Amino acid sequence: MNLSRRQALALGGAAISTALIPVELALAGVEETQAAIDAFTGGAELLEGDITLTIPELVENGNMVPVSVAAPGALSIMLLGDDNPVPEVMTLNFGELAGSSEASVRIRLAGTQNVIAVAKMGDGSFISTAREVRVTIGGCGSN
Amino acid sequence: MAITPRVRVPDTASVGESVLIKALINHPMESGQRRDRDTGEKIPRMIVHTFEVTFNGKEVVTFYPQGAVSQSPFFEFYLKVPEAGELNFKWIDDEGSVFEISKPIAIS
Repeated sequence: MNLSRRQALALGGAAISTALIPVELALAGVEETQAAIDAFTGGAELLEGDITLTIPELVENGNMVPVSVAAPGALSIMLLGDDNPVPEVMTLNFGELAGSSEASVRIRLAGTQNVIAVAKMGDGSFISTAREVRVTIGGCGSN
Repeated sequence: MAITPRVRVPDTASVGESVLIKALINHPMESGQRRDRDTGEKIPRMIVHTFEVTFNGKEVVTFYPQGAVSQSPFFEFYLKVPEAGELNFKWIDDEGSVFEISKPIAIS
């Protein structure tokens, strides 16, 4: 195999960065996120619908990320971060006196990842949306 | 530092009005992911796992935070005011401590 100097450097860099990640720091990832969603939905199909996730695209401090979620008619909403050590961030139920199916909260994000909102609707269906958030300084396990 | 909740609730509202409610509690929300700097041991999780809001005993909204909800958790949501009454806030943490506060709302 003939490698140019540039290719060799790129490969070496990739190998080093892979080797440097300790097992312990490996974050939850896609499987655990899917498992958390399935626990909430009972494995039901996620549809598109009227659900809005308002969250900054770029945050400096992952310790306090403002998130708003709104899904008119939702009974319950789950928020997740697909690369947090524990993917589930919060679940909330709207009671009979909720003024609208929306809420705001501040969350921790361990690093750049997708924030996912899944809403259970009145007819038993589930709708979801996701947004990528770029995080400069992660907010889990640090400080 | 004592854990004390703070809430913002309008004094008056009209019947059927949807009003914005804000609630904050200065709870450490220890996520269970951090390690002690000296021993390397994981610091056990100690978060508010349930935050219930009721109005005259009827559910408004219930939050079930995990470790990824920030320190001093701050929540915003809407209440549909059906009548004059008492808005009750209740936070429960991993140590079993319960923090409660109530605010009256009159009909304008």
